[in-house]
Amino acid sequence: MGGKEKLERFEQAVLPHLGAAYNLARWLTRNEHDAQDMVQEASLRAFKFFDGFHGVDARAWLLTTVRNTCYTWLAQNRRSQLTTPFDEEIHTVEEDALNPSALALKSGDMEMLKASLEELPEEFREVIVLRDLEELSYKQIAEVINAPLGTVMSRLARARGRLKQILCSQLKEKP
Amino acid sequence: MDCTNAHTLLDAYGDGELDPLRNLEIEEHLHGCSRCSQSYSDRQIIRSGLKTPSLYFKAPADLQKRIQRSVRQAAKAEAPAGWFSGSWFKIAAPLATAALVILMLVPYFAGPSSDQLLTQEVVASHIRSLMVNHLADVPSTDEHTVKPWFNGKLDFSPPVSDLAKQGFPLIGGRLDYLNNRPVAALVYQRDKHVINVLVWPSDNSAPTGGPIKTQQGYHVIRWTGSGMNFWVVSDLEQNQLAKFTELLKSSAATSPS
Repeated sequence: MGGKEKLERFEQAVLPHLGAAYNLARWLTRNEHDAQDMVQEASLRAFKFFDGFHGVDARAWLLTTVRNTCYTWLAQNRRSQLTTPFDEEIHTVEEDALNPSALALKSGDMEMLKASLEELPEEFREVIVLRDLEELSYKQIAEVINAPLGTVMSRLARARGRLKQILCSQLKEKP
Repeated sequence: MDCTNAHTLLDAYGDGELDPLRNLEIEEHLHGCSRCSQSYSDRQIIRSGLKTPSLYFKAPADLQKRIQRSVRQAAKAEAPAGWFSGSWFKIAAPLATAALVILMLVPYFAGPSSDQLLTQEVVASHIRSLMVNHLADVPSTDEHTVKPWFNGKLDFSPPVSDLAKQGFPLIGGRLDYLNNRPVAALVYQRDKHVINVLVWPSDNSAPTGGPIKTQQGYHVIRWTGSGMNFWVVSDLEQNQLAKFTELLKSSAATSPS
């Protein structure tokens, strides 16, 4: 593939998904400036390895690169642990089943939902962002997070159970 | 379906990721279980909350331009490596091709036999396998791993036997291309010496053999047996290589393939 042709193909395939790339990076880094850096770095990495991309799903492919870039960055820059550490097993969904609460979200509660999602460990946060914000299929998510389909399913269930818990406790604290 | 089961599937149900049968089961359960259906509606509320536009971070307006700029710079930086597309290459390429064709034809007109050419090819394949760190596509000392690996990659099944007990352990297998066809390359080792055994089906059913040849310091032994051509190549000392060949011949003859 000639250099010019590669650039053209890359721009056509990848540039349309920069919005999704930024959203994911912003949720993972929780910071606007770093998110931009991540997208830039991931785009350059994606361009470098573009010859190896033969698939059709450029969005999932770019998001995979963004995610990996963010995780490398997180490992190097993890400042004070703002999130509770990730543990698949704690706060199982059964626990949440025993405490059903009738939820009602008013428009003012959206900021609270946003804050609750930011509080989740990355591994939970990313599956919710990929599914509910980016509307990826389970199969695409499996590709992006490099995990089996069954893991995607159970992690999403746990992530949403946890999100609900955090949200409920925040709603209770609300004056 | 009980509550625990239903609960683990609620999300996949809401996401439309369940198969039709499970879908029906969940729907039945939700119909009769107020606790689970409450839990389900909570999740739906959260899900629709997550779809609020304010939760989707919009990229800054200039981000795309900035990235486009840096990718284009990177593309330019790549350009020296991409001199294939340079204009001088367009002139040089046909010349180089012509030169290559002539170089390839010269030994042909000089008249080496096809046997000699094949020996050259085998030695070249051996050297290549050592040079580019591409000795084995399937690194394994287990003949029952190496043999099935060739399934579907070749239109024949090469006889593979481990000769570790005799001091020639199998270390892997690889696909190669020789004599205008894909062939199986079996890799053995004797101390620090690598032995490549190249195998492909023979048109000639009569068993034949040939003397040891030496080229560029490598010894080549070939024979035909069990309907296969075998070419053994290594820098191993001649007598040892001959011994290895005898072992291989007898095990190939007795192996079930």
